[in-house]
Amino acid sequence: MAVPTEGDAAAPDPERVPGRAAALAMLDTAPKLLLHHEKERPDAPSWREKDYGIWQSFSFAEVAEQVRAMAHGLAAAGFQRGDRLAIVGDNRPRLYWSMIAAQALGGVAVPLYQDSVAEELAYVIGHAGARFVFAEDQEQVDKVLGLRQDLPELSRVFYDDPRGLLDYDEPILSSYEALCERGREHAASAAGFLEAEIEKGKGEDTSVLLYTSGTTGRPKGVMLSFDNILVTAQNAAELDGLGRDEEVLAYLPMAWVGDHIFSYGQSLTTGFCVSCPESGDTVLTDLRELGPTYFFAPPRIFEGLLTTVTVRMQDASPIKQRLYAHFMGVARKLGVKRLAGERLRLFERLHYGLGELLIYGPLKNVLGLSRVRLAYTAGEAIGPDLFTFYRAIGINLKQLYGQTEGSVFVTIQPDGEVFADTVGKPAPGVELEVDDSGEVRYRGPGVFQRYYKQPEETSETLSEDGWVRTGDAGFFDERGHLRIIDRAKDVGRFADGELFAPKYIENKLKFFPNIAEAVAFGDGRDSCRVLISMDLEALGSWAERNAVAFASFQELSQNPRVYGIIARHIEEVNRDLSQEPKLSHSQITRFAMLPKALDADDGELTRTRKLRRNVIAERYAPLIEALYSEAGSCHIATELTFEDGRKGQLEADVHIADCKSFEHRQPEENARAGTA
Amino acid sequence: MLEVRGISLRFGRVQAIGNVSFDIRRGEIRSIIGPNGAGKTSMLNCINGFYQPQEGTISYLGKTRRAMRPHEAARRGIARTFQNVALFKGMSTLDNIMTGRMMKMRSNLLAQALYWGPNQREEIEHRKRCEAIIDFLEIQAIRKTPVGRLPYGLQKRVELARALAMEPTLLLLDEPMAGMNVEEKEDMCRFILDANEQLGTTIALIEHDMGVVMDLSDRVVVLDHGEKLADGTPAEVSADQGVIDAYLGVAH
Repeated sequence: MAVPTEGDAAAPDPERVPGRAAALAMLDTAPKLLLHHEKERPDAPSWREKDYGIWQSFSFAEVAEQVRAMAHGLAAAGFQRGDRLAIVGDNRPRLYWSMIAAQALGGVAVPLYQDSVAEELAYVIGHAGARFVFAEDQEQVDKVLGLRQDLPELSRVFYDDPRGLLDYDEPILSSYEALCERGREHAASAAGFLEAEIEKGKGEDTSVLLYTSGTTGRPKGVMLSFDNILVTAQNAAELDGLGRDEEVLAYLPMAWVGDHIFSYGQSLTTGFCVSCPESGDTVLTDLRELGPTYFFAPPRIFEGLLTTVTVRMQDASPIKQRLYAHFMGVARKLGVKRLAGERLRLFERLHYGLGELLIYGPLKNVLGLSRVRLAYTAGEAIGPDLFTFYRAIGINLKQLYGQTEGSVFVTIQPDGEVFADTVGKPAPGVELEVDDSGEVRYRGPGVFQRYYKQPEETSETLSEDGWVRTGDAGFFDERGHLRIIDRAKDVGRFADGELFAPKYIENKLKFFPNIAEAVAFGDGRDSCRVLISMDLEALGSWAERNAVAFASFQELSQNPRVYGIIARHIEEVNRDLSQEPKLSHSQITRFAMLPKALDADDGELTRTRKLRRNVIAERYAPLIEALYSEAGSCHIATELTFEDGRKGQLEADVHIADCKSFEHRQPEENARAGTA
Repeated sequence: MLEVRGISLRFGRVQAIGNVSFDIRRGEIRSIIGPNGAGKTSMLNCINGFYQPQEGTISYLGKTRRAMRPHEAARRGIARTFQNVALFKGMSTLDNIMTGRMMKMRSNLLAQALYWGPNQREEIEHRKRCEAIIDFLEIQAIRKTPVGRLPYGLQKRVELARALAMEPTLLLLDEPMAGMNVEEKEDMCRFILDANEQLGTTIALIEHDMGVVMDLSDRVVVLDHGEKLADGTPAEVSADQGVIDAYLGVAH
């Protein structure tokens, strides 16, 4: 169910009017764009936030007023051109506005991951040299204040939500209201100051400093200019026909470049309204109420949604289950064709239409995806089954390939050319090539300026003539689409010289709902062996239905029947691998189930949930050795961190099981070529 | 704010409480502790008028009396939660919290059934207050979930929300943390402290987790077999030999 939202859905579409591009060229910074929208349609909704159970809207005029007050307030607090404003918290309109305010003064916004632990925050704030911090609430303020001795440059901390902060006696701390109040006084005494500051801004100015989560080493600060963000945002919006009437939910971390493009860059260039969820836990409900038309999610979110659907279908009545199974079969066959623009026969159309009425429509409604015109996924490879599922029920889900260094868009799948195993063709204005070592490189309008204060890393990644090395190994297939197989540095060799692409194998495993994470080993070894971290939700529900009692993650993970299930999954992967000539050697021979979930708090994953292989290899060294021995089990002890930062010790006996592998089935042409 | 003087409560020949006196000051967190069957819950029941003591008086906000009817206690700003969750399991979290505002609703049944008119404004006002509490206790995600489907820890939080919806002057909490895991307990402590500090609610608390009691309370009263054993700050009470013998035990 989508709540009708105020707006101007019926208005003619001035976006497509010629000459707009030229007009946009004058509006080369975020603050200028905001003022432009304020002038054009002051009363149109610009931001929306669910608060106290109601979607509260802010018009462009209101937002511009708040931004002006905030900018003046910052100026009064001593914010200079080029100063950095660190921003930390959940997606909140005021946090986004503070970015525009800082940029209006010629400053740089530095959004941070809100779930970073204090030391991570301190490193980034210190490295960026931010004198000003805008924090969402008490939790974030406590983190920042606790680090003050490490941050000598810190001069002011502002906060949005005053709860629990009123008794704090800290001279450097002040509320959003106080900041704006001070700003209004400043505005009264310095008329024309802000307008002049905004006018000074240029497209090539650095607008934002985004710290990459960093699979290795310390995070790097990627400097992006207004041109990077706004031109890429505009290009992609034009390619996929995004207009000012889109509905978007901003729920991914603000520090992530994707959110900065989708919720910030594109909303400013096209003028669509962005909504913020009530809290991190309510995203699914909010999604359903809002009914976004344009939606981005990493594969794990789509996977989570599908897992929920599958689990709930297993509890449904037999009639519903049968209906679901039947129409999903129909959808897989017809839905994909339909989205690809192929003509269906009359009977097929009727059959699919019935499915839409009975299954797909209600399903999309429950997921909050009824109105989605365009959905993107990126960040990780998406499972073919998963990808097909969403396309089959009529959601135009497309993959893209991107990086912080390229302002997200490097490749996009064009309409009508969407395949599960590729990431598509170069985005508008982007040049793409695969170098001799197999590494993908690109050049284009979104290419970053440099890494902040890290010239060596910059010259390693960014060439003089603007080419960026992605660090990913890939190739172009016969359709001209890019396929990514792994991180270039992670592609290894078995002891006998055969190719070993761990992520390729891990992704194949992760496509099973029962497997949350997998870690493959094999570089320099004789065969591939894996550690599996199970998906508690999926297997927990299985255990409930099959009367398997368990008290903890650890206990369930070591259950022999769970081992049986996982062994069957691995067998399937092995069968697949056996058919690919280059990868047949990568079949998995032994595996073990990890007694705990891999977790970013323990440093095993990055904040964007990518594996940190060196950490895992170090922490589970005895287990990995046991994998490569004849042992049937292994005793391990590992440290784990609770959400509040306390540490605990986990000890467990972990079983190790063998799995079935297959002879490499020589594809026929090769066999013939061999005999000839 | 509240003073209990010489209360005795008997059920037939069973003496539940015998001549107990203590007071609760405005704005404090007052804990009542003691072994099982010490009369802690009976004491709360006397305070909010559910039980009528045979002897003694209770003064609340300057009025002294032997017994108060429960609805009277509620009207005068005493709210409570129960040891065993007592919510409407089939109703949503929001509706449960709304019931906490029953006492404050003015319009009559007929007007409420018709909804439109002044009653609509009233309902919106009450909903606003409920939303503020939902925000306060961070239970937005379960606003529309039937309470019966929630885990126990969250049910306890909903019960606290309903009690807070009454905007009580005095809040009686009967084992708010029983059966919770460490994380849930920490959250609950946070909310109790916040309610005390930010909403200015005076709180009387029964709890068995000594860590929680000693951390949260301003003053503690110890009951054993219906009699008062000790009364004072957490430090005083935990040093009291009688209390150690009867309840806290000795370190081995």
